[in-house]
Amino acid sequence: MLLGDEAVALAAMHAGVSGAYAYPGTPSTEILEYLVPRAAGGGFTAHWCANEKTAYEQALGMSMLGRRSLVAMKHVGLNVAMDPFVNSALVALGGGLVVAVADDPGMHSSQNEQDTRILADFARVPCLEPADQQEAYDMTREAFGLSERFAVPVVLRLVTRLCHSRAVVVPRPPRPQNAMAKTAAPQDWTLLPHNARRLWRALLDRLPEIGRAAADSAYNRFDAGDPGAPFAVLTSGIARHYLAAETAELGFRPPQLHVGMYPAPDDAIRRLADTAARLLVIEEGHPFLERRLRGVLPHGWEVRGKESGALPLDGELTPDLVRAALGLPSRPHLAAPALPLPGRPPQLCKGCPHADSYQAVRAALADFPESVVTSDIGCYTLGALPPYSAIESCVCMGASVGMAKGAADAGLRPVLAVIGDSTFLHSGVTPLMDAVAAGTPMTLLILDNGTVAMTGLQPTILPGSRLEPLLLGLGVEPEHLHVVEVQPRRPEALAGLLRAELAHPGVSVIVAVRECVELAKAGRHRGDQA
Amino acid sequence: MLAGVGGQGVLSVAAILAEAARRLGLQVRQGEVHGMSQRGGAVQATLRLSDRPIEGDLVARGGADMVLGVEPLEALRYLDYLAPAGRLVTSADPYENIPDYPPPEQVLAAVRAIPGAVLVAAGDLARRAGSGRTANVVMVGAASAFLPLPAEVVEACIGEGFAAKGERVVEANRRAFALGRAAVEGGAGA
Repeated sequence: MLLGDEAVALAAMHAGVSGAYAYPGTPSTEILEYLVPRAAGGGFTAHWCANEKTAYEQALGMSMLGRRSLVAMKHVGLNVAMDPFVNSALVALGGGLVVAVADDPGMHSSQNEQDTRILADFARVPCLEPADQQEAYDMTREAFGLSERFAVPVVLRLVTRLCHSRAVVVPRPPRPQNAMAKTAAPQDWTLLPHNARRLWRALLDRLPEIGRAAADSAYNRFDAGDPGAPFAVLTSGIARHYLAAETAELGFRPPQLHVGMYPAPDDAIRRLADTAARLLVIEEGHPFLERRLRGVLPHGWEVRGKESGALPLDGELTPDLVRAALGLPSRPHLAAPALPLPGRPPQLCKGCPHADSYQAVRAALADFPESVVTSDIGCYTLGALPPYSAIESCVCMGASVGMAKGAADAGLRPVLAVIGDSTFLHSGVTPLMDAVAAGTPMTLLILDNGTVAMTGLQPTILPGSRLEPLLLGLGVEPEHLHVVEVQPRRPEALAGLLRAELAHPGVSVIVAVRECVELAKAGRHRGDQA
Repeated sequence: MLAGVGGQGVLSVAAILAEAARRLGLQVRQGEVHGMSQRGGAVQATLRLSDRPIEGDLVARGGADMVLGVEPLEALRYLDYLAPAGRLVTSADPYENIPDYPPPEQVLAAVRAIPGAVLVAAGDLARRAGSGRTANVVMVGAASAFLPLPAEVVEACIGEGFAAKGERVVEANRRAFALGRAAVEGGAGA
């Protein structure tokens, strides 16, 4: 029984992966969680990295040496890695490079619902979308081969339900790793304009062949269904199973095209359209295939899907939504209880150091008539909720620091940015450089709990002891840099320090240190996995 | 459909039942929730068992044969997923970590109003088993009585699942399972 993420990881091992890289991010985290402890025994490299961009570039270097590599991330992580991702489509990849990206429709643990299929299309690279855990395994293995065949990175698009559901997976015999073979053509890795123009043309010239591979792929399946069916259905990914679960009640088998490999097969779409004048598109994420369909088909076809309103544009697909789109009524079910059921949002753990830090933030800010507190992504984002209500933004990794500088530039005083240690190392260092260079009046509070807590206690890329020299090296003035222990239930000391530094007309940084309670419970300390 | 609060061990309940079903040769699909909601928030999991191939992980409204709660309010949250002939099995112990939790007696009354609902004094039975932390395994025992899963198969999975934590933990969980199952089979639920 494997999670979808674990099926991807196992397949990468069996495909002879030499290097696997990631920054933790729900719902993709379990891919590297599976690989890291097996790397030494398996003779491959598996590293947590500072962020998705550095992870991607390490995978790319592995490929340049002819060896297979995997980089894993959540959907918004691909935004961080967008630069190497799009450009790596042009270079002459050696070893297969598979980009496993886990989308989070429904935003179970994310700040948006972007659809990675669109970004694969944007980069002009193939994309595989598994429907279940077995396909996650099979497609990952195939993706390495496709990447080497077409010398392009191949995207594996996963979604939360697949990542975090378990099913039995049947593996195949493993294949050895590639021998090291450095590229013989460094000009095909050096994107100077004259090289880039040539390589871009070469990629465009390969696209028809990639399109034919997708059209011929066994993962794109056409089923003629029953003749005279009132409508035909186009599915992708896990939607195939949602449809299959309901067809028995439809009373007919609709003609169906399932897309598991992109670019989407236009000829097969036309063939599907020949079976019925009404088409329903069921896909997780954006109306990506639906739009393609509208572009491919002449007028006269009724295309139903997310854009038509047959399915919602936001949120995750559910069996009930699919039933409604198919015209099936709800199954008989019990009524919801009359008793009003309050929501139960997640909250900081009992004894969490962030709770004490937020008490201090509130106490310190109470002395100022106005203030702004930008924050970031991690457990401490829960400080936005009562009883803390201490932070006023959460946008993307590291944004708290740059936004604080912008807010200070706009003229408000005081400005406080609150960020976790791992998020700071991911994307907070460079904006702090901007603030130091400009001498911006702002205070940065780094909550150092010694771990990446939200995603399950992965080690931070640097131990907390390295933060102070790093900050001094960036040019933070020593008299405005404080590393302090957060006292349980005694926020006064930290509050006093904050009050003083918020009044300072330049950059100040406070590192508030206390170990995550979950980390202490688990007895897993920094460096254990090194 | 399984429900509870982050930290109560809902995923362990799903994992034990899934493993037992797998050993019996059933097809199994187990859906989990990871990430932010595990921090003291509402947690839900799905478990689908069948002797035929299973399409998808999620359950439609009215598609659940059982709603299994490790916490009663969380169990009620998924009531509309229960088929009319389905069964609600839940712990009788409210977990009040939100300011607007309704009066516990109202929550339990709402459970009792559901035909065939089974309330289990999971906390008491867990303490009798030797550890209050085994309340989730008490619920495994209670639920298993209504599932096609023989006690000895589930017990073996519990033994192996907790083996790494030592013999005392294994024994407490075995007792918790047996007490949970007996409470239901003897009609001695709370």
